Amino acid sequence: MRIDCPLCGARDRREFSVLGDAAMAVRPEVGADTQTWSDWLHLRDNTAGRLRELWYHEGGCAAWLVVERDTVSHAVHGVSLVGASDAD
Amino acid sequence: MVDLIASDPWAGLLPVQAGAARLEAVDPGPLALLAPWPRAEEAMNAALRAAHGPGFPAPGRIETSGAARAIWFGRGQALLAGVVPDPSLRAHGLVEDQSDGWVVARLTGDGALDVLARLVPVDLRRLGPKGVVRTMLGHMNVAILGTSGGVEILAFRSMAGTLAHEIADAMRAVAGRAALG
Repeated sequence: MRIDCPLCGARDRREFSVLGDAAMAVRPEVGADTQTWSDWLHLRDNTAGRLRELWYHEGGCAAWLVVERDTVSHAVHGVSLVGASDAD
Repeated sequence: MVDLIASDPWAGLLPVQAGAARLEAVDPGPLALLAPWPRAEEAMNAALRAAHGPGFPAPGRIETSGAARAIWFGRGQALLAGVVPDPSLRAHGLVEDQSDGWVVARLTGDGALDVLARLVPVDLRRLGPKGVVRTMLGHMNVAILGTSGGVEILAFRSMAGTLAHEIADAMRAVAGRAALG
């Protein structure tokens, strides 16, 4: 499996580590209730198919990436940098 | 005050010669990490040009001017090598002296890329003399710089022994394979 890092180019999977669903990059609103925060933190869809995930280019440019990956075929459909708009 | 004596990070491990490849230590001079604050990239670029010559490098590139080299070093980061960073750069981002944090080794000779092909998951045949890749050598994070006639490898100083060992082993393996014909 290779991931096409927007800064480094196509790189081997061993340079990356995966965090999981990219929902982690989009937090609930500041005033959200406990149930909303709990769901955001713990509940994940067990997707068979395309999934947006956060990957860290640990062995390369140290950027966080959003990788759209097919969990069935492992095909990578798109890679983008996590931008300032995704952070708090 | 105790008078401290600087020690050689390679501890006599370099140079190594095997077949057509040679690995030797390089003194890169002062090294400083530059990380512009958000939205200060252009200001850092201008300040760097004014103070030292090279601009802030694009991803995968090295900018050179005289003794100063600005080496792309990751997302939003560059390593300024060869000169002590001018205090004016501090207005535009983090400037951190890392001179004692890194070691630099130069690998030259016809077999150099064959040696690294055994250790690095990137095709370095595409790396030109002004190019740099952040990648891994074995399990170590490194930066590999293209130079005329070879490559320079930057690794953590604490890993100097491992770096010399890994590369020397691969050099002997490539030389042995060549000797078998």
